[in-house]
Parts: sequence; structure tokens; C-alpha cells
Amino acid sequence: MTTKTLASTSPAGGRPLPPPARSFSPRRVAVLARAELRLLVRNRTALFNALAMPPLTVVLFAAVGGIDAGTSAATGVMMVNLLVFMSLAFVVYYNLTVTYVARREELVLKRYLVGECSRVEILAGGAVPAFAVALAQTVLGIVAVSLVLEPPAFVNPLLVVVAVVGGAVMLTALAAATSGLSRTVESAQLTTLPLLIVAIPFGGLFGAPGASSGLFSTIGTFTPLRPITDLMLLGSAGIGDGGQVLTLGETFAAAAVPVAVLAGWTLLGALAARRWMRWEPRR
Amino acid sequence: MTSQPIVSVRGARRRYGSFEAVRGVDLDVHRGELVALLGTNGAGKTSLVELVEGLAPADGGEVRVLGHDPYRERRRIVGSLGIMLQSAGFSGDLTVAETARTWAGTLTRPRAVDEVLRAVDMAHRADVRVASLSGGEKRRLDLALATMGDPEVLFLDEPTTGLDPESRRATWRLVQGMLAAGTTVLLTTHYLEEAEQLADRIAILQGGRIVRSGTVADIVAAEPARLECVVRGRDGGALAPAVADLPVLAGVVGAPDIDHTGRLRLRTTALQDDLYTLLQWADARQLRLDDLDARSASLEQAFLAMDGAGTRAVDDTSEVAA
Repeated sequence: MTTKTLASTSPAGGRPLPPPARSFSPRRVAVLARAELRLLVRNRTALFNALAMPPLTVVLFAAVGGIDAGTSAATGVMMVNLLVFMSLAFVVYYNLTVTYVARREELVLKRYLVGECSRVEILAGGAVPAFAVALAQTVLGIVAVSLVLEPPAFVNPLLVVVAVVGGAVMLTALAAATSGLSRTVESAQLTTLPLLIVAIPFGGLFGAPGASSGLFSTIGTFTPLRPITDLMLLGSAGIGDGGQVLTLGETFAAAAVPVAVLAGWTLLGALAARRWMRWEPRR
Repeated sequence: MTSQPIVSVRGARRRYGSFEAVRGVDLDVHRGELVALLGTNGAGKTSLVELVEGLAPADGGEVRVLGHDPYRERRRIVGSLGIMLQSAGFSGDLTVAETARTWAGTLTRPRAVDEVLRAVDMAHRADVRVASLSGGEKRRLDLALATMGDPEVLFLDEPTTGLDPESRRATWRLVQGMLAAGTTVLLTTHYLEEAEQLADRIAILQGGRIVRSGTVADIVAAEPARLECVVRGRDGGALAPAVADLPVLAGVVGAPDIDHTGRLRLRTTALQDDLYTLLQWADARQLRLDDLDARSASLEQAFLAMDGAGTRAVDDTSEVAA
């Protein structure tokens, strides 16, 4: 019986909430997303984090020579990958965690939940602006790299879409879960650290692909943000695990592991969100 | 066809751990009626209302709203409900109009936003950020959102707490207008005057049980009237007559009280007869009854009498704590 879980397992003193509803109305999500977009635009800090942080990171690393994959084509691909990675990590994961905590603490989540919205609609409404920013940065990054360096080959564009959209969905679920472990907006700065600290060194971001090997690399393959890099490289340049360039057909086979890892973390994130996400402040 | 109650509660129970906040409540609210739930903090008002709103499952008994279980079948009725919680928030950076339009966008049958804001006297604040509103204005915006979906059933949990008297009256007029249009309302309040003004029927909760229910007149009729005066002699000096000096008063409840300043206080179930007797008695002895105050019981009196001294005010948040 899934209908009973959330209210009846909330600790004594916690206020009850309606049972989970399964509805999903694009109209309601759009309305919530519009309000959330307004709030993003009016919050200078969040807006700066969202719009400027990822590109600045890329520019900074490029300027100090942190991204050099040999050829200019490979360097361009690595730059786009870094941009997508940072955008998903900071705009989607970090900013969304903060957003969910803020909406919960100001009792807005509770208000929506008492009305006609379902939980998934509320989470999605909050996530749409972050998705839009991440998507826009991806597109702009590809355009910029194409103009300055060399256009990516796009051996398998589908995998680029899977990396960006799948990564965003996974990180939304993880953000919802992380928000439940954060009592305040400030503490969300700490609770988001473990994922970022673990994932970034394993993210395969810097240096030529295939340079790392052994146990470190094997562990890295299963960290949550790694499939984003793997799929981006496969999709945009056909670069496989060992640095070799693959054909379209080969990229599908090579994508199996990263897609499975991405799906696994999305599932884990969704389960964790169900378990930990809170819809109203602790009292 | 309208004989079936809109809200029907039978033997409802609600527990928090070992503490039982709602202990077998029966309650009906019929179409177009306003029922007010009264009780001190901790009496179980909010715990009961949350069962009816479908925000929590009952631990026993049966709750029906519009013929459905409001918790398990919430999807089927939520579009017909208007809910004003004691505490629900706003995003401070949105304006009043943006907040209202967002909410309207989530509803099945929204009313026009401008019209609803006018009804709660917030139209002139439409472009103000919610963060800049006063507490009373936020409460009115809350009410606007609760009524935005043109609900068949409206739940108001302390709707006028924090409002100034003028806003409170404006809220009453709005609720009365919705009642006139056929909306069914269940309201909790701390303000007895509010219940007297609005309620067709009242249910008084105490310790998780309904200890009295009925119309204001029913409840008040069971309560003795009060009679109070200062007995003075011909020269204007206060007298303190002994109780034995007083005439026989047919309806008096308990012993009359006379303090050293000559102030007489008594409670009676036969106000007219006893007042007449007392006036005759004073006239015959050429006494003056200063500060004469004879009044039928108020709801407040009935409420306080029921609650002992009415001093069990507990902080609201401890309402659910074991």
C-alpha cells in the first residue's frame, strides 16, 4: 500500500501531508516553472551561479591550459563536455537542491501539495528553469567551440541528448533527496559537497581520455557524473573508453555501460528522494 | 438528495504515537452550512480538520467528504475543496498577482484572479512583492487562494488570526457571501465572536472529543445568565448586605457573591424574574443598584464554563506533541 507511507511514517510532531498522487499535467508544470523562472531571475546569487559559473569554469581551465587533448577538435570536445558537466553539477544539482530547500522552508511546497498538484509535478516545475539553463549552455557551448575551434563531429547526437537530459533527470532526483538532508539553505552548501567532491575527480574531465586506467578508472566508471562525460565524448566525437575513435555502430555498444550507470543512479536518486525528500520544515 | 451531509465524520480517531489527539468524533456538515469548531489550543481542532481535508488518514472511524474518503480518494475531490491552512507559505519574491495567477494555473476551475483579489481587498496590492505584505495581508492572500477554485467545500483553519478588526469583518462578509452562494464551510477559530457571527452550528472540542454542539442559541441557552450590581444605601455609600438579606431568587445558580465593596454577583437561569425581584427589593428598601448589569449568557461564557477556567492555553505547536 503506497498510499499510506509518507504521512504515516513521518515522525511524531511532523505535520501530515496528502497521499502521493500519480497525476502529471504539463499545464500545471508549466505554470509552476514560470513562477520558478521568475524567482530565479530575481535571485541575483542563484542567477549568477546558474548563468556564469559553468562558462567561467571552462574559460578558467582553458586559460591555465587545463584542457589540452592534443588536437583542437579533441580540446573543443573536452571544453563542451566540461561545460555540460559543470552546468549539470551546479545549475541542476546544486541550485535545485537549494531551491527545493528554500521552497520547503518557506512552506511553498506544502501549499502546492495541499492543492491539486502532485509531488512529481511540483518537483518538475521547480526543475524546468534549471533544465532550460543547462540546455541553453550546452547549445551555446557547442556553438562557441564550433566558431573558435572546430565543430564537434557528432558521431552519435542521440548520446549527447541522453547525456544532457538523462543527467539532468538523475541530478534532479539526487537534488530532491539531498534537499531532504539539508535543514537550511546554508546547510545545502555542505550536503551537496559529497557528491561533487567524489564525482568531479572521477568525472574524466581533465586530460586526454584513456589516460587513466586501473582501479581508479574502474571505480570512476560507476560514479554518478562519469556517464555524462562518457556519453558526451562518445556522442560528440565518438571517443571511446580507451581514447580510440569509434564508428556510430560502435558508440551504441560502448554506451551500454554509461547508460546503465546513469539509469542506476537515476533509480537510486528516485528511491532516495522518496525516502528522504521532505515537503515541510522539521519542527 | 441534499439530505446527505457534505462532510460526515463517524467515530474518527487520530493518534500521534501513544497520544490520541482525536478520540472518536462525530460531525456532520450539510450543504450550504457553516460549522465552527471551537476549542482551546491542544483541543484537537487542527488534527480533526486535517482528517477532513484529507491530509492524513484517520486511525479509526470513518471520514467522508462529498461521499469519498478524503485521504485515499483525494484526487477525486481535491478540485472541489478550498483549503486555508494555519500555516502555508509564499515565495516572497513573487508579487501578489503572480502568486495568485500561479495558483490559479494549478486549479481545475479557477475564478478570475482580479475578481478574487478584489474580494479580499488585495487588488490595490497586486503588484507588491509578497515579502512586503503585512501579516494580515498575507492572511487575506491565503484566503484568496483558498477560494480561487470556486470550491464546493471550504476549510478555514483560523482564517482571521492576526487580522485587524476591519479586515476580520471583511473576511466575514466574504465568507458570508460564499455561504449565500451555496458553499459549505468548516471553520476553526479562537474567536468566539467569529463563531457567533458566522456559524450555523458550533461544535466545541475538548481533549479530542466534541463536548457540545448545536446552534449558538442552543449552547448559550444551557448557560445561566449573569447579574451584577453594586448595592448602595440612600446616602450613596456602598453597602455590603449579607446574602441572607437578599430576597429569594428563583433561578439563582450557586450562592450569590457579595464582596466588601458591596458588589453583588450572581448567576441565574431566570434572569427576568430574578431581576424584577431584585429591583423590587431595592425599591422597598430605598437602595440603589449602581453599575447594574444583567445579561444573558454569551457564547464566551458557555465556552469558558465548559473549559473549566479556560486557562489551558497551550502553545499551538504542542498540539500534536505527545
